Amino acid sequence: MNKEAIKELLYKMGDDALIIGHRNSEWTGIGPLLEEDLAFASMAQDKVGHAQALYQISHEVLGDKDPDTIAFQRTEKEFKCCQLVELPIGEYDFSLVRHFLFDHAELIRYEMLTASSFKPLAQLAKKVKGEIKYHVMHADSFLKQLAKGTEESHARMQAALNFAMPFAYGIFEKSEYEDVLIKEGIFGGEEMLREKWLEKISAVVTAAGLTMPQVADSKIVYGGRKGYHSKFLEPLLDEMTEVTRTDPGAEW
Amino acid sequence: MHTLHTLTEADVWSTLETVKDPEIPVLSLVDMGMITKVLCRTMQGQKLAHITMTPTFVGCPALGVMKKDIYDAVKKMGFDDVEVVIDMETAWTSDRMKPEAKLKLEKFGIAPPAMMEEDMTAELLEKVRCPHCGSTDTTLRSSFGSTLCRAIRFCYSCRQGFEQFKPI
Repeated sequence: MNKEAIKELLYKMGDDALIIGHRNSEWTGIGPLLEEDLAFASMAQDKVGHAQALYQISHEVLGDKDPDTIAFQRTEKEFKCCQLVELPIGEYDFSLVRHFLFDHAELIRYEMLTASSFKPLAQLAKKVKGEIKYHVMHADSFLKQLAKGTEESHARMQAALNFAMPFAYGIFEKSEYEDVLIKEGIFGGEEMLREKWLEKISAVVTAAGLTMPQVADSKIVYGGRKGYHSKFLEPLLDEMTEVTRTDPGAEW
Repeated sequence: MHTLHTLTEADVWSTLETVKDPEIPVLSLVDMGMITKVLCRTMQGQKLAHITMTPTFVGCPALGVMKKDIYDAVKKMGFDDVEVVIDMETAWTSDRMKPEAKLKLEKFGIAPPAMMEEDMTAELLEKVRCPHCGSTDTTLRSSFGSTLCRAIRFCYSCRQGFEQFKPI
Protein backbone atom coordinates (compact mmCIF):
# COMPACT_ATOMS: atom_id res chain seq x y z
CA MET A 1 0.00 0.00 0.00
CA ASN A 2 1.15 3.54 -0.69
CA LYS A 3 2.50 4.83 2.62
CA GLU A 4 2.73 8.46 1.59
CA ALA A 5 -0.89 8.44 0.46
CA ILE A 6 -2.05 6.97 3.75
CA LYS A 7 0.01 9.42 5.76
CA GLU A 8 -1.48 12.32 3.84
CA LEU A 9 -4.98 11.04 4.60
CA LEU A 10 -4.22 10.49 8.30
CA TYR A 11 -2.72 13.96 8.59
CA LYS A 12 -5.53 15.83 6.95
CA MET A 13 -8.11 14.03 9.07
CA GLY A 14 -6.02 14.34 12.23
CA ASP A 15 -5.29 18.02 11.63
CA ASP A 16 -8.96 18.80 10.98
CA ALA A 17 -9.90 17.05 14.23
CA LEU A 18 -7.13 18.68 16.26
CA ILE A 19 -7.84 22.21 15.06
CA ILE A 20 -11.63 22.06 15.28
CA GLY A 21 -11.20 20.38 18.66
CA HIS A 22 -9.11 23.31 19.80
CA ARG A 23 -11.66 25.78 18.45
CA ASN A 24 -14.55 23.92 20.12
CA SER A 25 -12.72 24.04 23.43
CA GLU A 26 -12.71 27.84 23.23
CA TRP A 27 -16.42 27.75 24.13
CA THR A 28 -15.62 26.23 27.51
CA GLY A 29 -16.91 28.59 30.16
CA ILE A 30 -18.56 31.01 27.75
CA GLY A 31 -21.26 28.89 26.06
CA PRO A 32 -24.72 30.49 25.86
CA LEU A 33 -26.20 27.71 28.05
CA LEU A 34 -24.57 25.35 30.51
CA GLU A 35 -25.58 22.39 28.33
CA GLU A 36 -23.96 23.99 25.29
CA ASP A 37 -20.84 24.70 27.23
CA LEU A 38 -20.68 20.99 28.07
CA ALA A 39 -21.54 19.97 24.51
CA PHE A 40 -18.72 21.94 22.91
CA ALA A 41 -16.25 20.92 25.62
CA SER A 42 -17.20 17.24 25.17
CA MET A 43 -16.97 17.42 21.41
CA ALA A 44 -13.59 19.10 21.75
CA GLN A 45 -12.38 16.24 23.92
CA ASP A 46 -13.68 13.67 21.42
CA LYS A 47 -12.03 15.45 18.48
CA VAL A 48 -8.65 15.80 20.12
CA GLY A 49 -8.90 12.09 21.01
CA HIS A 50 -9.61 11.27 17.37
CA ALA A 51 -6.62 13.32 16.23
CA GLN A 52 -4.44 11.48 18.72
CA ALA A 53 -5.69 8.09 17.49
CA LEU A 54 -5.02 9.03 13.84
CA TYR A 55 -1.49 10.26 14.57
CA GLN A 56 -0.97 7.10 16.63
CA ILE A 57 -1.72 4.98 13.56
CA SER A 58 0.84 6.96 11.58
CA HIS A 59 3.32 6.42 14.41
CA GLU A 60 2.70 2.69 14.93
CA VAL A 61 1.97 1.49 11.44
CA LEU A 62 3.98 3.86 9.26
CA GLY A 63 6.90 4.41 11.62
CA ASP A 64 6.17 8.12 11.95
CA LYS A 65 7.05 10.32 14.97
CA ASP A 66 4.99 10.03 18.15
CA PRO A 67 1.56 11.73 18.27
CA ASP A 68 2.64 14.64 20.48
CA THR A 69 5.49 15.51 18.15
CA ILE A 70 3.21 15.34 15.13
CA ALA A 71 0.63 17.53 16.85
CA PHE A 72 2.87 20.14 18.43
CA GLN A 73 6.09 20.33 16.49
CA ARG A 74 5.12 20.97 12.92
CA THR A 75 5.13 24.30 11.15
CA GLU A 76 1.96 25.94 9.90
CA LYS A 77 2.86 24.95 6.31
CA GLU A 78 3.02 21.28 7.30
CA PHE A 79 -0.57 21.26 8.58
CA LYS A 80 -3.12 19.80 6.18
CA CYS A 81 -6.37 20.95 7.78
CA CYS A 82 -9.02 22.71 5.69
CA GLN A 83 -9.52 26.42 6.32
CA LEU A 84 -13.05 25.94 7.65
CA VAL A 85 -11.74 24.53 10.94
CA GLU A 86 -9.22 27.33 11.41
CA LEU A 87 -11.66 30.21 11.50
CA PRO A 88 -12.20 31.84 14.90
CA ILE A 89 -15.31 30.72 16.81
CA GLY A 90 -17.07 33.99 16.01
CA GLU A 91 -20.67 34.23 17.20
CA TYR A 92 -22.51 31.11 18.31
CA ASP A 93 -24.43 30.94 15.04
CA PHE A 94 -21.23 30.50 13.08
CA SER A 95 -19.78 27.91 15.46
CA LEU A 96 -22.99 25.87 15.26
CA VAL A 97 -23.18 26.03 11.48
CA ARG A 98 -19.51 25.11 11.12
CA HIS A 99 -20.04 22.21 13.51
CA PHE A 100 -23.06 21.11 11.45
CA LEU A 101 -21.24 21.27 8.10
CA PHE A 102 -18.02 19.73 9.35
CA ASP A 103 -19.46 16.89 11.41
CA HIS A 104 -21.76 15.65 8.68
CA ALA A 105 -18.75 15.38 6.38
CA GLU A 106 -16.73 13.73 9.13
CA LEU A 107 -19.43 11.14 9.87
CA ILE A 108 -19.77 10.17 6.21
CA ARG A 109 -15.98 10.05 5.82
CA TYR A 110 -15.68 7.60 8.72
CA GLU A 111 -18.63 5.55 7.46
CA MET A 112 -16.87 5.22 4.11
CA LEU A 113 -13.61 4.34 5.84
CA THR A 114 -15.14 1.38 7.68
CA ALA A 115 -14.67 -0.42 4.34
CA SER A 116 -11.07 0.74 3.90
CA SER A 117 -8.47 -1.74 2.70
CA PHE A 118 -6.14 -0.14 5.27
CA LYS A 119 -7.27 -2.14 8.31
CA PRO A 120 -6.06 0.08 11.19
CA LEU A 121 -8.09 2.97 9.80
CA ALA A 122 -11.14 0.78 9.11
CA GLN A 123 -11.06 -0.39 12.74
CA LEU A 124 -10.76 3.12 14.12
CA ALA A 125 -13.55 4.30 11.83
CA LYS A 126 -15.98 1.73 13.24
CA LYS A 127 -15.35 3.08 16.70
CA VAL A 128 -15.29 6.79 15.92
CA LYS A 129 -18.43 6.93 13.79
CA GLY A 130 -20.52 6.03 16.87
CA GLU A 131 -19.13 9.03 18.72
CA ILE A 132 -19.61 11.45 15.84
CA LYS A 133 -23.25 10.43 15.48
CA TYR A 134 -23.85 12.27 18.75
CA HIS A 135 -22.11 15.34 17.38
CA VAL A 136 -24.30 15.28 14.29
CA MET A 137 -27.47 14.80 16.33
CA HIS A 138 -26.52 17.81 18.42
CA ALA A 139 -25.83 19.94 15.35
CA ASP A 140 -29.06 18.96 13.59
CA SER A 141 -31.19 19.62 16.62
CA PHE A 142 -29.80 23.11 17.23
CA LEU A 143 -29.82 24.04 13.57
CA LYS A 144 -33.51 23.19 13.42
CA GLN A 145 -34.42 24.86 16.69
CA LEU A 146 -32.68 28.12 15.85
CA ALA A 147 -33.76 28.20 12.22
CA LYS A 148 -37.35 27.87 13.41
CA GLY A 149 -36.92 30.10 16.46
CA THR A 150 -37.32 33.83 16.05
CA GLU A 151 -36.93 36.01 12.99
CA GLU A 152 -33.48 37.02 14.26
CA SER A 153 -32.27 33.49 14.99
CA HIS A 154 -33.46 32.36 11.56
CA ALA A 155 -31.67 35.23 9.83
CA ARG A 156 -28.51 34.60 11.79
CA MET A 157 -28.44 30.89 10.90
CA GLN A 158 -29.00 31.68 7.22
CA ALA A 159 -26.25 34.31 7.22
CA ALA A 160 -23.84 31.94 8.99
CA LEU A 161 -24.66 29.22 6.46
CA ASN A 162 -24.04 31.60 3.54
CA PHE A 163 -20.72 32.65 5.03
CA ALA A 164 -19.48 29.16 5.95
CA MET A 165 -20.46 27.26 2.81
CA PRO A 166 -17.53 28.32 0.55
CA PHE A 167 -15.17 27.19 3.31
CA ALA A 168 -17.09 23.95 3.83
CA TYR A 169 -16.60 22.97 0.19
CA GLY A 170 -12.88 23.31 0.89
CA ILE A 171 -13.13 20.17 3.08
CA PHE A 172 -13.19 18.15 -0.13
CA GLU A 173 -10.03 19.57 -1.70
CA LYS A 174 -8.15 16.69 -3.27
CA SER A 175 -4.55 15.86 -2.53
CA GLU A 176 -2.06 14.58 -5.08
CA TYR A 177 -2.71 11.07 -3.76
CA GLU A 178 -6.45 11.09 -4.43
CA ASP A 179 -6.31 8.58 -7.31
CA VAL A 180 -4.01 6.22 -5.40
CA LEU A 181 -6.31 6.23 -2.37
CA ILE A 182 -9.28 5.31 -4.53
CA LYS A 183 -7.43 2.74 -6.65
CA GLU A 184 -6.03 0.91 -3.62
CA GLY A 185 -9.40 0.88 -1.87
CA ILE A 186 -8.10 2.96 1.03
CA PHE A 187 -10.72 5.68 0.71
CA GLY A 188 -13.63 6.17 -1.68
CA GLY A 189 -12.51 9.71 -2.49
CA GLU A 190 -13.43 13.34 -1.85
CA GLU A 191 -15.85 13.57 -4.76
CA MET A 192 -17.98 10.70 -3.52
CA LEU A 193 -17.85 12.12 -0.01
CA ARG A 194 -18.91 15.56 -1.21
CA GLU A 195 -21.89 14.15 -3.08
CA LYS A 196 -23.15 12.14 -0.13
CA TRP A 197 -22.58 15.13 2.15
CA LEU A 198 -24.49 17.53 -0.09
CA GLU A 199 -27.44 15.20 -0.23
CA LYS A 200 -27.46 14.77 3.54
CA ILE A 201 -27.06 18.42 4.57
CA SER A 202 -29.47 19.69 1.91
CA ALA A 203 -32.20 17.54 3.45
CA VAL A 204 -31.56 18.89 6.97
CA VAL A 205 -31.18 22.50 5.82
CA THR A 206 -34.40 22.36 3.85
CA ALA A 207 -36.30 20.67 6.68
CA ALA A 208 -35.09 23.46 8.98
CA GLY A 209 -36.64 26.01 6.62
CA LEU A 210 -33.30 27.44 5.51
CA THR A 211 -32.04 27.88 1.96
CA MET A 212 -29.01 26.02 0.64
CA PRO A 213 -26.56 28.68 -0.55
CA GLN A 214 -25.31 28.30 -4.11
CA VAL A 215 -21.54 28.54 -4.24
CA ALA A 216 -19.72 29.20 -7.51
CA ASP A 217 -16.63 27.02 -8.00
CA SER A 218 -14.45 30.12 -8.07
CA LYS A 219 -15.60 31.08 -4.56
CA ILE A 220 -14.61 27.80 -2.89
CA VAL A 221 -11.82 28.29 -0.36
CA TYR A 222 -9.15 25.74 -1.20
CA GLY A 223 -5.55 25.60 -0.06
CA GLY A 224 -5.62 24.06 3.40
CA ARG A 225 -4.90 20.53 2.20
CA LYS A 226 -1.80 21.79 0.41
CA GLY A 227 -0.52 23.81 3.37
CA TYR A 228 -1.95 27.21 2.39
CA HIS A 229 -3.84 28.47 5.38
CA SER A 230 -5.87 31.42 6.57
CA LYS A 231 -4.21 34.05 8.74
CA PHE A 232 -5.92 32.47 11.75
CA LEU A 233 -3.98 29.20 11.90
CA GLU A 234 -0.57 30.57 12.86
CA PRO A 235 -1.75 32.38 16.02
CA LEU A 236 -3.80 29.31 16.98
CA LEU A 237 -0.74 27.06 16.66
CA ASP A 238 1.31 29.54 18.67
CA GLU A 239 -1.20 29.37 21.47
CA MET A 240 -1.63 25.59 21.25
CA THR A 241 2.10 24.92 21.42
CA GLU A 242 3.00 27.58 23.97
CA VAL A 243 3.57 25.11 26.80
CA THR A 244 5.32 22.47 24.67
CA ARG A 245 7.75 25.03 23.29
CA THR A 246 8.98 26.00 26.76
CA ASP A 247 10.31 22.47 27.24
CA PRO A 248 10.00 20.22 24.16
CA GLY A 249 9.87 16.52 24.97
CA ALA A 250 9.14 17.06 28.67
CA GLU A 251 7.59 14.08 30.45
CA TRP A 252 4.44 14.78 32.45
CA MET B 1 -1.62 -14.23 48.25
CA HIS B 2 -0.94 -16.55 45.35
CA THR B 3 2.38 -18.16 44.88
CA LEU B 4 3.96 -17.61 41.52
CA HIS B 5 3.47 -20.98 39.92
CA THR B 6 -0.26 -21.12 40.66
CA LEU B 7 -1.11 -17.76 39.09
CA THR B 8 -3.59 -18.37 36.30
CA GLU B 9 -5.46 -16.23 33.83
CA ALA B 10 -8.61 -16.81 35.89
CA ASP B 11 -6.83 -15.25 38.88
CA VAL B 12 -6.00 -12.19 36.80
CA TRP B 13 -9.63 -11.88 35.71
CA SER B 14 -10.75 -11.94 39.36
CA THR B 15 -8.21 -9.28 40.26
CA LEU B 16 -9.40 -7.15 37.35
CA GLU B 17 -12.90 -7.33 38.79
CA THR B 18 -11.61 -5.22 41.66
CA VAL B 19 -10.25 -2.49 39.36
CA LYS B 20 -12.97 0.12 39.11
CA ASP B 21 -13.80 2.57 36.36
CA PRO B 22 -12.48 5.87 37.79
CA GLU B 23 -15.56 7.71 36.50
CA ILE B 24 -18.09 5.09 37.69
CA PRO B 25 -16.76 3.64 40.95
CA VAL B 26 -19.45 0.93 41.25
CA LEU B 27 -18.36 -0.80 38.05
CA SER B 28 -15.18 -2.74 37.41
CA LEU B 29 -13.39 -2.72 34.08
CA VAL B 30 -14.58 -6.32 33.62
CA ASP B 31 -18.22 -5.27 34.27
CA MET B 32 -17.77 -2.59 31.65
CA GLY B 33 -16.58 -5.13 29.09
CA MET B 34 -13.39 -3.15 28.61
CA ILE B 35 -10.97 -6.04 29.12
CA THR B 36 -10.67 -7.98 25.88
CA LYS B 37 -7.90 -10.48 26.59
CA VAL B 38 -5.69 -11.80 29.39
CA LEU B 39 -2.59 -13.87 28.67
CA CYS B 40 -0.12 -15.24 31.20
CA ARG B 41 3.17 -16.85 30.32
CA THR B 42 6.55 -17.64 31.75
CA MET B 43 9.62 -16.50 29.86
CA GLN B 44 13.13 -17.22 31.12
CA GLY B 45 11.75 -17.84 34.58
CA GLN B 46 9.84 -14.55 34.56
CA LYS B 47 6.09 -14.62 35.08
CA LEU B 48 4.44 -12.18 32.70
CA ALA B 49 0.87 -10.94 32.31
CA HIS B 50 -0.39 -9.39 29.11
CA ILE B 51 -3.71 -7.58 29.22
CA THR B 52 -5.53 -5.91 26.35
CA MET B 53 -8.28 -3.39 26.90
CA THR B 54 -10.50 -1.22 24.76
CA PRO B 55 -11.51 2.31 25.78
CA THR B 56 -15.16 3.35 25.84
CA PHE B 57 -14.46 6.61 24.01
CA VAL B 58 -11.36 7.16 21.88
CA GLY B 59 -10.52 10.38 23.69
CA CYS B 60 -11.33 9.12 27.19
CA PRO B 61 -9.07 11.05 29.59
CA ALA B 62 -9.33 8.31 32.24
CA LEU B 63 -7.48 5.82 30.03
CA GLY B 64 -4.05 6.55 31.51
CA VAL B 65 -5.38 6.13 35.05
CA MET B 66 -7.07 2.84 34.14
CA LYS B 67 -3.93 1.44 32.53
CA LYS B 68 -1.96 2.30 35.64
CA ASP B 69 -4.61 0.86 37.98
CA ILE B 70 -4.56 -2.42 36.04
CA TYR B 71 -0.78 -2.51 36.07
CA ASP B 72 -0.60 -1.89 39.82
CA ALA B 73 -3.30 -4.42 40.75
CA VAL B 74 -1.93 -7.22 38.58
CA LYS B 75 1.71 -6.53 39.48
CA LYS B 76 0.79 -6.87 43.15
CA MET B 77 -0.37 -10.46 42.51
CA GLY B 78 3.27 -11.40 42.07
CA PHE B 79 3.96 -10.99 38.37
CA ASP B 80 7.45 -9.92 37.32
CA ASP B 81 6.08 -7.77 34.56
CA VAL B 82 2.67 -6.62 33.41
CA GLU B 83 1.88 -5.26 30.00
CA VAL B 84 -1.33 -3.32 29.41
CA VAL B 85 -2.03 -2.52 25.78
CA ILE B 86 -4.91 -0.94 23.90
CA ASP B 87 -6.82 -3.39 21.74
CA MET B 88 -7.04 -1.91 18.26
CA GLU B 89 -9.17 -4.72 16.86
CA THR B 90 -12.07 -4.77 19.27
CA ALA B 91 -14.09 -1.59 19.31
CA TRP B 92 -15.93 -1.05 22.57
CA THR B 93 -19.67 -0.63 22.34
CA SER B 94 -22.10 -0.23 25.23
CA ASP B 95 -23.53 -3.65 24.28
CA ARG B 96 -20.37 -5.13 25.83
CA MET B 97 -21.57 -4.03 29.26
CA LYS B 98 -22.85 -7.02 31.27
CA PRO B 99 -26.56 -7.11 32.26
CA GLU B 100 -25.64 -7.13 35.98
CA ALA B 101 -23.40 -4.14 35.36
CA LYS B 102 -26.36 -2.26 33.91
CA LEU B 103 -28.36 -2.97 37.07
CA LYS B 104 -25.52 -1.67 39.25
CA LEU B 105 -25.32 1.42 37.09
CA GLU B 106 -29.03 2.10 37.48
CA LYS B 107 -28.80 1.64 41.25
CA PHE B 108 -25.91 4.10 41.28
CA GLY B 109 -28.24 6.67 39.70
CA ILE B 110 -27.20 6.53 36.05
CA ALA B 111 -29.65 5.18 33.49
CA PRO B 112 -27.95 2.30 31.64
CA PRO B 113 -27.58 2.26 27.85
CA ALA B 114 -30.20 0.38 25.83
CA MET B 115 -28.99 -2.51 23.67
CA MET B 116 -28.21 -1.30 20.19
CA GLU B 117 -27.76 -4.62 18.38
CA GLU B 118 -26.85 -2.90 15.11
CA ASP B 119 -26.55 0.84 15.23
CA MET B 120 -27.41 3.72 17.48
CA THR B 121 -30.73 5.26 16.52
CA ALA B 122 -32.60 8.26 17.88
CA GLU B 123 -35.30 5.90 19.26
CA LEU B 124 -32.79 4.50 21.74
CA LEU B 125 -32.69 7.91 23.35
CA GLU B 126 -36.43 7.91 24.03
CA LYS B 127 -38.29 5.91 26.70
CA VAL B 128 -35.30 5.86 29.01
CA ARG B 129 -36.27 4.90 32.56
CA CYS B 130 -35.57 7.38 35.35
CA PRO B 131 -33.18 5.73 37.85
CA HIS B 132 -34.80 7.67 40.72
CA CYS B 133 -38.53 6.90 40.29
CA GLY B 134 -38.69 4.36 37.47
CA SER B 135 -40.88 6.46 35.16
CA THR B 136 -40.18 6.39 31.43
CA ASP B 137 -41.72 9.84 30.99
CA THR B 138 -38.29 11.37 30.49
CA THR B 139 -36.60 13.53 27.90
CA LEU B 140 -33.11 14.09 26.59
CA ARG B 141 -31.81 17.48 27.73
CA SER B 142 -28.34 17.22 26.26
CA SER B 143 -26.38 14.51 24.47
CA PHE B 144 -23.36 15.64 26.44
CA GLY B 145 -22.81 15.50 30.17
CA SER B 146 -20.24 15.41 32.93
CA THR B 147 -18.12 12.80 31.12
CA LEU B 148 -17.84 11.80 27.46
CA CYS B 149 -19.96 8.69 28.02
CA ARG B 150 -22.96 10.39 29.64
CA ALA B 151 -25.97 12.39 28.48
CA ILE B 152 -28.24 14.59 30.61
CA ARG B 153 -31.95 13.77 30.91
CA PHE B 154 -34.95 15.10 32.81
CA CYS B 155 -37.79 13.12 34.38
CA TYR B 156 -41.28 14.69 34.08
CA SER B 157 -42.63 12.37 36.74
CA CYS B 158 -40.32 13.11 39.69
CA ARG B 159 -39.08 16.34 38.10
CA GLN B 160 -35.43 15.55 38.62
CA GLY B 161 -32.50 15.62 36.28
CA PHE B 162 -30.46 12.48 35.83
CA GLU B 163 -27.62 11.11 33.79
CA GLN B 164 -27.75 8.40 31.17
CA PHE B 165 -24.89 6.27 29.93
CA LYS B 166 -25.06 6.77 26.16
CA PRO B 167 -25.70 3.83 23.89
CA ILE B 168 -22.69 3.84 21.61
